[in-house]
Amino acid sequence: MRSPRTRGPFLALSLAIVKGFVRDKASVFFALIFPLMFLVLFGGLFGDQTQSKVELVQVGQVALLDEMSDGARGAFDETFDVEESDDLAAALEKVRKGDADVAIEMRGDTIVAHYTQTDQVKAAVTQGALQAFVDGTNVALSGQPPRFSLETERVEDDSLSTIQFVTPGLLGWAVAMSAAFGAAATLQGWRQSKLLRRLQLAPVSTRTVVGARVTVTLLIALVQTAIFIGLGAAAFGLTLTGSWWMSVPLLVVGTLCFMALGLLAGAITTTTEGAVNAANFMVLPMAFLSGSFFPLDAAPQWLQTFSQVLPLRHLNEGMLDVMVRGEGPSAALWPIAVLAGFALVVTLVAARLFRWETT
Amino acid sequence: MAAIEVVDLSMTYGDLRAVDAVSLEVAEGEFVGILGPNGAGKTTLLEMVEGLREPDSGRATVLGMPVWPRNAGLLPRIGVQLQASAFFERLTAREQLHTFAALYAVPVREADDWLERVGLVEKADTRVEDLSGGQAQRLSIACALVHDPELVFLDEPTAALDPQARRNLWDLLSGLNDSGRTVVLTTHYMDEAEVLCDRVAIMDAGAILRFDTPDALIRGLDAPTRILLADGEVLTTRDPAQEIARLADEHRLDGIRVQTGTLEDVFLDLTGREYRA
Ligand SMILES: Nc1ncnc2c1ncn2[C@@H]1O[C@H](COP(=O)(O)OP(=O)(O)OP(=O)(O)O)[C@@H](O)[C@H]1O
Ligand SMILES: [Mg+2]
Repeated sequence: MRSPRTRGPFLALSLAIVKGFVRDKASVFFALIFPLMFLVLFGGLFGDQTQSKVELVQVGQVALLDEMSDGARGAFDETFDVEESDDLAAALEKVRKGDADVAIEMRGDTIVAHYTQTDQVKAAVTQGALQAFVDGTNVALSGQPPRFSLETERVEDDSLSTIQFVTPGLLGWAVAMSAAFGAAATLQGWRQSKLLRRLQLAPVSTRTVVGARVTVTLLIALVQTAIFIGLGAAAFGLTLTGSWWMSVPLLVVGTLCFMALGLLAGAITTTTEGAVNAANFMVLPMAFLSGSFFPLDAAPQWLQTFSQVLPLRHLNEGMLDVMVRGEGPSAALWPIAVLAGFALVVTLVAARLFRWETT
Repeated sequence: MAAIEVVDLSMTYGDLRAVDAVSLEVAEGEFVGILGPNGAGKTTLLEMVEGLREPDSGRATVLGMPVWPRNAGLLPRIGVQLQASAFFERLTAREQLHTFAALYAVPVREADDWLERVGLVEKADTRVEDLSGGQAQRLSIACALVHDPELVFLDEPTAALDPQARRNLWDLLSGLNDSGRTVVLTTHYMDEAEVLCDRVAIMDAGAILRFDTPDALIRGLDAPTRILLADGEVLTTRDPAQEIARLADEHRLDGIRVQTGTLEDVFLDLTGREYRA
């Protein structure tokens, strides 16, 4: 009738931890919902940024617009949102306030465009686009076919949109955060409630207890991964490249690494809130400095160099390489080695600082 | 063989001698109570005997085995209820019990019986955070006993219990003891110690002052008997038989109460009336 020794305690502990997690709304929110909010934010909103139209105020009659052929007018409307006005001063005020991007008026045969330098990128786009339409209309009026034509192509794969860049980074951050928080909160919570003491008196090995906690955290990480990739693909057109499956071993060692940091946070603090705050203090700045939210390409060199000592940086790089940059499986090996090294060192430190009780 | 053998056990926190060279022997099948004011060192002593704390000096042997370092062979044979309830967060009472049962490889059905034994059937699906103090205490006791240990340590098991639950727990513990289990508990209730315990240790400032049967302790106190009459008069006498005979002759027996020395008197006599830190 008695179940075999070796399996029972492990499963029972894992189940107890899973239930404790699922029933804690705050944990579930921060592990699953919160990172997804970022994914929706980055993937959904910023993804369309380059396509937002230039707001143009047309003051009085502007021959260029009125004489444009239907085809040219269609292309023009894709770039510009046209609003008509008779009051130049009001139009200029609008541009100055940022309610419109450019105001145009005719002075004889010259089109005068009033723009603001506040948003330099938009200003450049506006000037370039207007110039192109003026040239195009001139050519069309001359009745001669244009001699040269220009086609532009991006160097990246067509699918490399914002979502491709943000998914691996946000996923790495989400996994790191819930691993660190989970470990820190469990260690502190169990110590506070004397459950650690009680478990010490039960015939289960430390290995079984730690193993159950690690297993549950890994399961949570896999669920996070599935949801992230599923939502990214279904809603935002995420497409994974060849060896994306290498992200799984990457996330596994990443989880171990950040659990170790969480244990460290739990070991050096005396309250559950303190442990969670300490974990937060380690993970959140690290996420920014490691390029989880924004690419580091534009960051100063010293920051890029410094970020190499952060485990999350290596997790991010590895994830980007295998998930969207189309690198082979071997691209993940170095990050995996670095993360494993971090995990080992931090675990040893945490174990040294570990106390059964807070007093 | 002695169930518990403690020799010169000491524990110091800073310069506080929480437990001071305690020696003690408990026979198998015995029911022992440890009494003592707050901070006397009861919990510290128990935790060292259970193998939770490493003593500064001395040694403790339980069921013939040393308890320190952690002895995995011993653990299934002892049951421990810590002074503070220790639970898995957000599990229901039943799930809690099942988890502890699994740690000791006890089948689920046997574990469920314990819900009834501690009167928590109606609260089986309530999360531990939502149990009342006394209910949590009962669940904690059930978790300590679920694997039917030979030797049971209970640290203030009846604290926070209502009178019904307290009596029921007395019955439960007496039953365990009658079937041969050794029980060691701490308590602040003298009546409880008097009813349940074969022997009582009175502890103060880290040392055991007396360790004897409740009867012998009370006899040793040699306190006079007090007779309270219905009209409020109080007689103090060393010869209660003669005094009561006299009252009978005077037809004044209705409503009298006779108080002999109690364990509480022994306790106060030994430990004084001052507050403890
Ligand atoms: N971890 C600790 N660090 C420092 N001092 C401690 C610690 N644990 C207990 N003490 C001190 O040791 C003394 C004995 O404590 P203990 O808990 O054993 O008392 P107790 O007899 O169980 O009291 P109570 O009846 O209140 O439960 C107390 O003075 C207490 O303040
Ligand atoms: Mg105590």
